Amino acid sequence: MVQSLETLTETPSQTAGPYVHIGCIPSFAGNPGIYPQDLGLRAIEDGAKGEVITITGEVIDGTGWALRDAMIESWQPDAAGKFPGQEGADPAVNGFARFAADKDSGEFTLRTVKPGAVAMRGGGLQAPHISLWVVARGINVGLQTRIYFEDEDNSSDPLLSRIEQRPRVQTLIAKKTADGQYRFDIRLQGDNETVFLDL
Amino acid sequence: MTDHGPLIPRNREMHPLPYYPDYKTSVPRSPKWALLSMESTPSEETGPRFGHSLLGEWDNNLIMNFTKGADPAIGERILVHGRVLDENNRPVPHTLVEIWQANAGGRYRHIKDTYLAPLDPNFGGCGRTITDENGYYEFLTIRPGAYPWPNRVNDWRPMHIHFSVFGQSFGQRLITQMYFEGDPLISRCPIAATIQNRGQLDRLVAPLDMTKSRPLDFLAYKFDIVLRGRRQTMFENKLEGM
Repeated sequence: MVQSLETLTETPSQTAGPYVHIGCIPSFAGNPGIYPQDLGLRAIEDGAKGEVITITGEVIDGTGWALRDAMIESWQPDAAGKFPGQEGADPAVNGFARFAADKDSGEFTLRTVKPGAVAMRGGGLQAPHISLWVVARGINVGLQTRIYFEDEDNSSDPLLSRIEQRPRVQTLIAKKTADGQYRFDIRLQGDNETVFLDL
Repeated sequence: MTDHGPLIPRNREMHPLPYYPDYKTSVPRSPKWALLSMESTPSEETGPRFGHSLLGEWDNNLIMNFTKGADPAIGERILVHGRVLDENNRPVPHTLVEIWQANAGGRYRHIKDTYLAPLDPNFGGCGRTITDENGYYEFLTIRPGAYPWPNRVNDWRPMHIHFSVFGQSFGQRLITQMYFEGDPLISRCPIAATIQNRGQLDRLVAPLDMTKSRPLDFLAYKFDIVLRGRRQTMFENKLEGM
């Protein structure tokens, strides 16, 4: 026998199920009014500094079908790379947003500011990115991934650099479709499966 | 700003299998390739904070919140309570906990649920609260019903309450489900069975807790939740060899 560790183990995940909206986005489930407003409605408020951008996309399963019941959360710093709560952070940037795939088309939209580069512990910078967490029926452990941008310098980003199969890097890079508009699809499985993260 | 150190890596063996054919929807929705693992960065170590000002008077009372206190929901009245802790066995204070569930007949109030059990006009099915300084939370609700779902021909979900917990880092984000002690449907449920480690599944089964039950009012169930911790040592901010 050895001494016992006094540590605990993380509670296991379970799928968010098809009705995740009831708890997280009640208005989407058809139940407005229980709370004054849904949590995470906006990533930014009026007056946020930086370039306002809109990212649209779909969450696509292994058969090529866009999920109609996915929920996504995003977390990011402001245009200067500061997260809400950090000293000097832009008070108009909430950083957090919660949005659902459309129940008919499957498309999601995130309106935010383009984030700044984020310093790493011990030095170095990460290229501008938005962290995502994707949950849905059939996803047993929430999936982490990131949105990077094709019009930024991603060449020395420490996470992208670890992707051995270089073509897969493209799965994390939003494509510019117009001024301030980007496309970012999340492929759960199959051709061009998105790189999911364990961070 | 204090550096609390990186997040402790997630032990995936303790989580459900992403791909579990008896749970059919997981088949096309589970990634095939390995996750890309890396030590956490500030993007995962920071996270949204929500203040108590977010909460309304009835938010953690699902019996009354849909009617704003006018009429109670139908069903077996229960208190669900517990603590949010981290892997270092420390409470997680002031963190948002959200729940959602079916009504006493097993029907969800959702545009896509068409089960033949009726909606309860007095029950919405969602609640939220923020843990106190000791990581403690509680909800007053009704015990949700079991219900059938389209998977194999005759699959039934055990009675369960969905939980969403934030913690203080985006990398701690967790959604799970609480089951009820003694429910014979747990061992028949393919969603519960995605957790291969039986001891881990037991951690999702809330015991009846008569110490918190209020006579002539409600039964109580205890459900503690553990989020990822952070590795903080006195060496954390020093370069190796310094």
